[in-house]
Formats: sequence, structure tokens, C-alpha cells
Amino acid sequence: MQFDPFTIPFDIGLYFILIYAVVRCVRWFMDLSRPDKLRLQRGFFGRAFGQSIREIFMESLIHRKILKSNPRLGYMHMSLAFGWFLLILFGTIEADIFGESHLNAPYKAIFFKFFNPEHGSTGFEAFFAFLMDLILAFILSGLFLAVLKRFSSKVVGMKKTTRLKPLDKIALTSLWLIFPSRLLAESFTSGTYGTGSFLTGSLGSWLASFLPAEQLAYPFWWLYSLALGVFFILLPLTRYMHIPTELFLIFARNSGIRTGDQTGSYSEIQTYSCSSCGICIDACQLNFSAGITNIQSAYLLKGIRNNDNVNDIAQNCLLCGRCDKKCPVGIELTPIRMIRRRIGETEKEKTTVLKRYLPDRKNIVPVKSNDKQVYNFLPAVESEKTDILFFAGCMTHLNPAIKNSMIKILNASGVKYKFLDEKGGVCCGRPLMLSGQDKEARELINYNSKLIWKSGAHTLVTSCPICYKVFKESYYLDVEVLHHTQFIKMLIEDGSLKLNFLRKRVVYHSPCELGRGSGVYDEPKDVLKHVARLEKTDFEDDNSLCCGGSLANMKLSFRQKSKIAHDAAAELTKGNPDILATACPLCKKTFSSATETHVADISEIVAEAISLVQIKRNSGKKYFSIKESADIL
Amino acid sequence: MVDFGFSLLKARQINYDHNDRSIAGYIYEREPSFRLCIECGGCSATCTTGNFTRFSLREINILIKRGENEEVRHEIRKCMLCGKCTLVCPRGVNTRNVITLAKEAFQKRGINAI
Ligand code: SF4
Ligand code: SF4
Ligand code: SF4
Ligand code: SF4
Repeated sequence: MQFDPFTIPFDIGLYFILIYAVVRCVRWFMDLSRPDKLRLQRGFFGRAFGQSIREIFMESLIHRKILKSNPRLGYMHMSLAFGWFLLILFGTIEADIFGESHLNAPYKAIFFKFFNPEHGSTGFEAFFAFLMDLILAFILSGLFLAVLKRFSSKVVGMKKTTRLKPLDKIALTSLWLIFPSRLLAESFTSGTYGTGSFLTGSLGSWLASFLPAEQLAYPFWWLYSLALGVFFILLPLTRYMHIPTELFLIFARNSGIRTGDQTGSYSEIQTYSCSSCGICIDACQLNFSAGITNIQSAYLLKGIRNNDNVNDIAQNCLLCGRCDKKCPVGIELTPIRMIRRRIGETEKEKTTVLKRYLPDRKNIVPVKSNDKQVYNFLPAVESEKTDILFFAGCMTHLNPAIKNSMIKILNASGVKYKFLDEKGGVCCGRPLMLSGQDKEARELINYNSKLIWKSGAHTLVTSCPICYKVFKESYYLDVEVLHHTQFIKMLIEDGSLKLNFLRKRVVYHSPCELGRGSGVYDEPKDVLKHVARLEKTDFEDDNSLCCGGSLANMKLSFRQKSKIAHDAAAELTKGNPDILATACPLCKKTFSSATETHVADISEIVAEAISLVQIKRNSGKKYFSIKESADIL
Repeated sequence: MVDFGFSLLKARQINYDHNDRSIAGYIYEREPSFRLCIECGGCSATCTTGNFTRFSLREINILIKRGENEEVRHEIRKCMLCGKCTLVCPRGVNTRNVITLAKEAFQKRGINAI
């Protein structure tokens, strides 16, 4: 039996973290709602299992998504995670083949060199020793990058790195010590016995030439074991908890579990899965345009983990969804933020170390608003019967050009429609929802729902992406909701709208609520391609910018908003297009004051492109009366 | 009492010494742009809620500053947070935050806005 007391710290750490991970997983599982439990069970024994294993390999080990978005950062994460995995895997195989027996205790694989110092001099053994050295070099190169990143985050192509707490620092130091101490321990042992491959062998013989290698090896084996043990024991208190949590998260997500709108086990799992990679910080315009550096999602999650009052963080955000789309772990950042907005202010809880190892189940009851109806002043619902409803929305009413263009388009194409909020309507409810006031929002939603339902319409067209999103997601109506760009595309395709081609160069800004928020990316661009020359920008689709005017943020000052708008507009108009096109009245308004370039909604461009013949044929007088009223405006 | 077809008016002076202006203070501290309001009424003119009922943000701004909180408390929840006022305000007052902070200030004293 090979044994040495220096392996004890490692053993304690390892068994502690294994047992701990199991306890935590069981607790999370118990806290899932009943349907989610069933989902997870089904997922675990079904097709989702294979998917999860593949995802764990691709994302938790290889870090494919980080590699894609930032190769250097990706390499750093990959070399540490995948390298360590390989080291353990091949270490175990090595110990199994060349060790004194099969199926060894883990410490024998980890400290193989110590127990078999003469291993690795010839033939197949040497090949294995070479392999292990190669993996170690791979890890060390990543570690080197990580250390550099701590001191200057620019090295890995990041603008900001995440801030640390003291315990994180100890854990980080022990993590950093693991591989260098292994390198030195193995080198000293190899130097003494004249074994080891290109890395430990050469370093070892060189060190042994002027140092007492035999005496020095043992302390470094201790250091190696201690570093491992300390890291494992501190792991639950630090951000490295994301390593075991992410595995659970991947299984849960592939089983079909989603955040929803309540705090619960799944959102807790997600808050612990954040690796603090900092990609969300780099993606955030509040960071790189407005200089606000404490509200990004990584900090939100950290605040939630520490039981801080995160209300201010949760509120000061555009909810643009850029971070959400880019998070390589796939944490549903926007829903988590919405949940915190509904919860509002909380007391900061005092925590003990024990409590941090086993946090309480969190059942935060949302602040109750008094139950009185707020909007009982609204008039009784009356609606005329129609097939197609057009809802302009508050923001469109502030942009008469968009409203009039839509009327022109609808009339020219000859569809039968009713203008639901011609004389001004009730807000769609989304702004209240975004500020966490669901109950009030529901009142408005119910009111508008009745209006729409009574009209008997089968299609609801809106010009505002904010309205579009809430109609689609939170109104339980049996109508087809279309954004006007989708509707215009339909009109073009079925031939009811004949358009001229305008000789203009256009770039398209995808509004957050329409693009990332609702997944409508292609229709607006298809329409634009039909009437003008659409050019690409550096910020397309998922990567599009926020105009800064988002209704989701009430905390930004006028100046900060306009800074964001200026920066975004400057990026989009780099190629000097004739028109900066968008599909949202709010984006249009925000950009209009932020750039010299002409800003227009797609409906305006389309209205301009309508051929005169068609206007005369389909609308006759009606259009001209509208035109007159437009002139007066 | 004999109905003469008219009555005495109630006293209408405002006593600033008695008015509680802490709600205004709460807002000033957190949303400095509230000080910029010139009571032009642009917000009230465009207001979505104002289209249906007698609700005026301009009036609310004045009342808050004067410390006539009771009236504000009755009115302020009628706002739909639609954001039109913020966009038209010529002074760049972050109006929606003013409204939200006022509600929050009431809530913190345990007298919810009605
Ligand atoms: S939230 Fe996602 S993107 Fe942000 S630091 Fe965490 S893992 Fe990275
Ligand atoms: S949603 Fe947008 S504004 Fe909010 S933290 Fe993410 S990137 Fe920043
Ligand atoms: S529009 Fe602005 S400045 Fe005018 S009354 Fe309203 S808040 Fe005050
Ligand atoms: S946010 Fe409120 S006060 Fe402002 S326009 Fe809308 S309903 Fe009126």
C-alpha cells in the first residue's frame, strides 16, 4: 500500500467537495416545483441526457461559445477546464496501467509521479510521460494568461475584469498555485531520478544541477496537495461554485426547465452558474458608453448570491438583452432581472460562513400593492367590428410621420381595417410590467384585451415593438399579432402593395424589443431590401445595439441616455448611409436627436416608395384627406 | 340653513410651515432633474392618462413641491408609465422616475399611494 501523509489535505478536500455537490444537488432538486421535477426526471432518463453530455463537453470543457466570441479568453478557459479534465483522465489511466494495482484511489493518480518516481523513462511509458507533460504545459499556458488577465484584462481582449472578494482571492491563489506547484514537485522528483519528459524532465535536470532536488521535492508535493485541498474546501464560497452548478444547470435546461417569473430553485441554480467570465460586462452599453460599471449582470448575480439589496442594480438597466444573448453559460439574465424588479427592495441579510455553505431556501414575497383598482376612470369598452386592427401605441402617437405612413400604406393596399387608438388609446401595459408592477399592468391588459376581443378582429397590427412584445406574450388573445414590418412584408408578398425602388443606401437598426426581445430579425430587413439598398453594419441581429431610449430604464439621466444614443448612432452610420432605418418609434425618436443622418421608420420608407398609380386606384379621396391633415401637422 | 344660492369659500391659503415637503426632498435627492421642471405643462398635454381623466403631471409636480401630499397620493397611481411625457419634456426631466420615486416615498412611510 503506497501512502504518504501529504496526500491528506487533498483527500479531505476531494471527498468534502464530492459530498457537498451531492447534498446541494439534492436540495436544488427538492426545491424544484413538481412539474419541473418531472421534467428533470424525464430529461435525465431520456434524449436530453445525451444532449446534456454533449453540451457539458462543448461548453463546460471546451468553452466553445467563449472561444467563438473571444478566442483568447476562450483559450484561457478551455486550457484550464479541458486541460485539467485531460490531466485527471490520463492521470487515472496512467495510474491504472502502470500503477501497482488497478482501480486506484484518486490520490494515486494525482500524485502518481511521487509514488512512481522512476516511471516514464522508456517506450510506452515515455510516451505517456510526454503526454502528461504536454497537458500540463497546455494548462500552464492558460494559467499564465489568467494571471496576466488579473493584472491587465486587455491581454485576453477584455475591457473589464470582475472584482473579487477576500475569500475569492484565497481560492484564486490556491487555484493558481495548483499547477505551478505540481510542475515544480514533478520536476524535482524527475530531476532526482532522471526521468520526466520534455517539460518536467528538462526543468528537473536543470534545477537539480544547482538545487538539492531530492530535499525540495517533498515540500512541493505538500504544497500541491494543500493547494488542491484548500481550493476544494473554499470552492462553495466562491465563484468557482459555478463549476459543479453548471453541470446541474445544463441538465435542467435541456430537460425543458425555464426561469418563468418567480424566484425558485432554477433561478438560484442560474445565479450560482455564473463563471464571472465578464462577457456580459463587455457587452453592456451602460458600461462602454455611459460609464456605469456596477449594474451588469455579473454583479447582479453576485449581489443575489450574497443576499444584498440588488434593487438599484436591477432597476438601472436597459433590459436590452445584449448580455442575455451573449452569456456563454446561457443564464436567462433578463427574466432574472425582471423577477428582482418585481421583488423590489429587500433587507440585506447577515450571513455566517455556515449559512454560505448551505444557503436558506429563499421565498421572497413580492411587495403587495393595495388591491384597489387604479384605472377605474377608463371609459366603458366599445369597439366596432373589423377584421384587421391597427394599434399605433403611445410612442407612435408621438411620431405622426410613422402614423401617417401606416395609414397611407394600409389605405393604398386596400385592406379593410380599423384604427384602434386613433384618438389616443390606453397604454399597452409593458412599461408598467418592466418596472415590476404586474398588477397594474394587468388592468391595462384586460382593458385593451376587451377592446380587441369585442372588435372580432383576427389580426392585430402594431407599429411599436414594445406593444408587440406584450401583445404577443402577455395578452391571451385569439388574434394574430403582427408588427407592421411583418404585415408590410405580407402585403408585398401577396401583391397588394406595389413599391418603387428608391435609390438610397440604408442601414437597419434592429430594435431590442423586436429583435432580441421577440426574435423578429428578418422581416424588417426583407422589406428594406425590397425598397432600397440595405447595407450591413457591425451590429446585426443578436449583436444589435440599444438606442438608449429604452423604457425599461428610469434611472438613467438625460445626458447618459443621449451619450448612449450618440455612440450607437455613430457606430451605425459609419458607412455614411442615406438613411438610418429602424422599426420602432422610440428608437426613431432617440436617434433623431443623436445623428445628422436621416432617421426613418421602415413604414416611412415604404410609404415613400408606394407607386402613385396604386394610391389612386385603391384609396382615392381618403388618402388625400389624410395627406392634408399630415400637411397641417 | 337658508340656501342663498351661494356659500362662503373655504380658506385657500397654503401654509408652507405646516406642509410636509419631505416627499419632494426624497425625489430631489434621487432625481435631481426634478428641479429643472418649469411647469410648462408639456407633459400634461401629451399624457395618455390625461386623455381619459383629469390627471396632470404638471399639477402633481407643483403639488409635490408645495408639500400637498394628500392630493398627490390620490392621483399619482393613475399614471400608466407610458413615457410620452419624458420624451416631450423640454427640460429633460426624468418624469417617470419622479412618479416612481413619489410612490416609493409614500410606500416607505407605510401610506401607500391610493
Ligand atoms: S452572467 Fe454570463 S456572461 Fe456574465 S459573467 Fe456570468 S457567465 Fe459570464
Ligand atoms: S440588459 Fe443591456 S443594459 Fe442591462 S445589463 Fe444587460 S447589456 Fe447591460
Ligand atoms: S414637460 Fe417637463 S418641464 Fe414641462 S411641466 Fe412637464 S416635467 Fe415640467
Ligand atoms: S408616463 Fe404617466 S404621466 Fe407620463 S404621459 Fe404616460 S401616463 Fe402621462
